[in-house]
Amino acid sequence: MSDIKIKITDREGVLHEVDAPTDMNMNLMEVVRSYELAPEGTIGICGGMAMCASCQCYVQSDHELPEKSDDEEAMLSEAFFVKENSRLGCQIHITEELDGLEIELAPEEP
Amino acid sequence: MIKTDILIIGAGPTGLFAVFEAGLLQLRCHLIDALPQPGGQCAEIYPKKPIYDIPGFPEILAGELVDNLMEQIKPFQPGFTLGERAETVEKLEDGTFIVTTNKGTEHQAPVVAIAGGLGSFEPRKPMIPNLKQFEDKGVAYMIKEPEMYRNKRVLIAGGGDSALDWAIFLADVASEVTLVHRRNEFRGALDSVEKVQELKNLGKVNLITPAEVVGLEGNKYLEAVTVRKNSKASEDLRIEVDAFIPLFGLSPKLGPIADWGLEIEKNAIKVDNSLDYQTNIPGIYAIGDVNTYPGKLKLILCGFHEATLMCQSAYQRIHPDKKYVMKYTTVGGVTGFDGSKKEAPKAVVKAID
Ligand SMILES: Cc1cc2nc3c(=O)[nH]c(=O)nc-3n(C[C@H](O)[C@H](O)[C@H](O)COP(=O)(O)OP(=O)(O)OC[C@H]3O[C@@H](n4cnc5c(N)ncnc54)[C@H](O)[C@@H]3O)c2cc1C
Ligand code: FES
Repeated sequence: MSDIKIKITDREGVLHEVDAPTDMNMNLMEVVRSYELAPEGTIGICGGMAMCASCQCYVQSDHELPEKSDDEEAMLSEAFFVKENSRLGCQIHITEELDGLEIELAPEEP
Repeated sequence: MIKTDILIIGAGPTGLFAVFEAGLLQLRCHLIDALPQPGGQCAEIYPKKPIYDIPGFPEILAGELVDNLMEQIKPFQPGFTLGERAETVEKLEDGTFIVTTNKGTEHQAPVVAIAGGLGSFEPRKPMIPNLKQFEDKGVAYMIKEPEMYRNKRVLIAGGGDSALDWAIFLADVASEVTLVHRRNEFRGALDSVEKVQELKNLGKVNLITPAEVVGLEGNKYLEAVTVRKNSKASEDLRIEVDAFIPLFGLSPKLGPIADWGLEIEKNAIKVDNSLDYQTNIPGIYAIGDVNTYPGKLKLILCGFHEATLMCQSAYQRIHPDKKYVMKYTTVGGVTGFDGSKKEAPKAVVKAID
């Protein structure tokens, strides 16, 4: 299996069900960018280094996700609109275990 | 009024290299940047991270690349308007442009090159109800003149490198420095964290963690802030201060340039890449990350290439009656506006007996 299905609610509240490849070393932020679900320049600003929080999302399904790294924890502690289920999309790698994942993009920073 | 040949908006790698290419054509440049220092994303987001795809440099730190670019353009004596955002553009009858910043500084040039990258870096502002009311009245998001804080009581909020660096710097300038951060752990360089620890032990920095600023008070000017400890209102502290500096990083916004009548596609400025990276307004170019065309790649190397071609076209625009013939720097050397001259040493021909 090389593609999984992910449900992404964009910042306008529109739900998209997309196929994400597991064999391209992609992360969730890159999937969102490749489907252009958020305008250029509003997501992935730090290129995926856990340094900007522009890729923050709320995880809605109960998939088991990798633990937050110190960098991710630190960035989320400085970000805005953070909730219990906040994660940085760029820190979540697309693997087969994530099939069916449901997420919502956090609002753009004020 | 600042006058120049090419007015460059954005002092990132693309804008800086454009100064060099323009200098080879004996054109003068002035740069405007919203940040207090040159370097764009390289300096602001990842100065200590290595880049591996600059031709000829198997590895170079982003900050080092900016330092090298600054050194390379020194002979061409560019002017800088830093810490100000280019806000409006106006075309005069003689074909020149006037670009005015948010602080009212005016610049005039026959050619404008927008090298704005992802947009001007704007501070990420914490959500404190009456924050706006105290902006420039005690609240500042970047420090342009540290001397302003001499003998003042300053409270800094944030947990990254800038918050640590400024807490360290101001410990010797301000009469009182308080650093407030939401966590006990800091995200900055290890030696900065250790230095702040040392200053705390010496009583030169007052550290409050985990805590955040939730309120501001004052009449005309800021007089005190409310700091909430451990997210509990019952533990609120009222601290009297003269300045509050929230340092939560910056996020780029295309901002006012989006209203200049330029063709925009996906937050970037459309240009003619088959020719010279000119926009739909003749005389205004867009180079580097800020532009878009079929097949565009947002890489430093591509910005350098675009800057080079843009300068050739700008030359033709400024001197329509002159024909410029491309010279190699190896052959033509580099003649700076400061009188400096760099050229390859001439081979000595010795007589053979
Ligand atoms: C984490 C990270 C890693 C990267 N790694 C690489 C890499 O390995 N290799 C590579 O080639 N590229 C890399 N990049 C991309 C590279 O940094 C960009 O391509 C490059 O910085 C673009 O340069 P630029 O000069 O066009 O724009 P920028 O560097 O974005 O500079 C634009 C400048 O314009 C200013 N500005 C914008 N609008 C205004 C205005 N209205 N008024 C005043 N100032 C304004 C901004 O404040 C900014 O300083 C990376 C980017 C990031 C974020
Ligand atoms: S892209 Fe910057 S934190 Fe994820």
